[in-house]
Amino acid sequence: MDNRHLIAKRAARYFKSGDVVNLGIGIPSLCGNYAQPGVLFQTENGFIGVGPTATGLMVNEGYYNAGGVPYLPAYGGCGFDVAMSFGIIRSGRMAATVLGALQVSEKGDIANWATPGRAFGMGGAMDLCNGAQKVIVAMEHCTKDGRPKIVKKCDLPLTGLHCVDHIVTELCVIDVTDEGLVLRELAPGHTVEEVRTKTEAELLVAEDLKEMCL
Amino acid sequence: MKSKVTTREEIIASFKDGQIIAIGGQTGRSMPERLIDCILESGVRHLTVYSIDTSDPGVGIGRLISAGVIDRLITTHVGTNPDTNEQIQAGKIQVEFSPIGSFIERIRCGGMGLGGVLTKTGLGTVVEEGKQVIEANGERYLLETALRADIAITRARRADPIGNLAFRGSTGRASHPVIATCGDLSIVECDHFCDLGEITPDEVEVPGMFVDMILA
Repeated sequence: MDNRHLIAKRAARYFKSGDVVNLGIGIPSLCGNYAQPGVLFQTENGFIGVGPTATGLMVNEGYYNAGGVPYLPAYGGCGFDVAMSFGIIRSGRMAATVLGALQVSEKGDIANWATPGRAFGMGGAMDLCNGAQKVIVAMEHCTKDGRPKIVKKCDLPLTGLHCVDHIVTELCVIDVTDEGLVLRELAPGHTVEEVRTKTEAELLVAEDLKEMCL
Repeated sequence: MKSKVTTREEIIASFKDGQIIAIGGQTGRSMPERLIDCILESGVRHLTVYSIDTSDPGVGIGRLISAGVIDRLITTHVGTNPDTNEQIQAGKIQVEFSPIGSFIERIRCGGMGLGGVLTKTGLGTVVEEGKQVIEANGERYLLETALRADIAITRARRADPIGNLAFRGSTGRASHPVIATCGDLSIVECDHFCDLGEITPDEVEVPGMFVDMILA
């Protein structure tokens, strides 16, 4: 399993049957492949009950998710406009959202919508950070050039303040707590020292540190 | 009662330089492509556009971006269209980013006779800059003010002669039903033009009173 799928598989373990969940684009969008039955997926352009990817004759222009992938509507699904969609998100009805990130701070701040010289927009991410019951960041642990993405303080424009609950990377699972970042799980073959080297923020290590549950 | 079906020529003549045009749709699918053709054919420039995103190059709003006819953009995300970012960086397009939930509520306010909404989304971020923070019921909120357009263009799955609209799916719905309410002139294109009564009263999502012109 490549890193992206490993991260998605672990992140999907936070969902339980009956949850309605929103997935961001990139690694988060892969979580749908690993969720247990009974989890319903929302797409922010207006649908709950996003099913498998549609192919061939089943592709319909009216049924694309926010990442631009055509899907089959699940039984029991429902369509609505974007105002309703974000009413659902802001009002705390979304059990969880999984987002990608450029940086996450030790206070649980997240930055994921702009880099110097390239502002691509926050889309729905600020509303999700504000309203989702649980904010899960699913991302590679470091940038492509090896710099830490889990930092003391974000220096990129923020998407949300103190909103991240869990960080899942190819190396580990970290919880954001009032005491700081707590390392909970290590992916097979990785060590606490390695994670500390690749993380700028202070890390506490859980007493019951476990191997990543996959 | 007069049918709202309008000729392309008359629709093209509605567009003027410098107008604010709100455009329905998201993710570059189920966009009002035939109405975007009309904007391009009208030759208008210096537009302000309200839209959730700017589609992909060559699709939907991406075609207006490539044509260089947009001066100002209120949007939520342009990551799918590198041309937009290029024009923003070059100073050709002035952009205001709004979180989608706030963007669509501002549009809804514009259409529903409201001045604005209170939301927690964006507190503590750059979205807060220049906006009023209001305390209500003991909680802090940002005031997001209404957006109204000169022309709103949308696409519906079905329309009848008096402009009752029905939609389908997520991309087929997206911002269309809300955008259709926010313009002084509301123009819709439909995939299927229906006889009166063919869209049953319970299926109508946007009442015909919000629609002025139909491109059948």
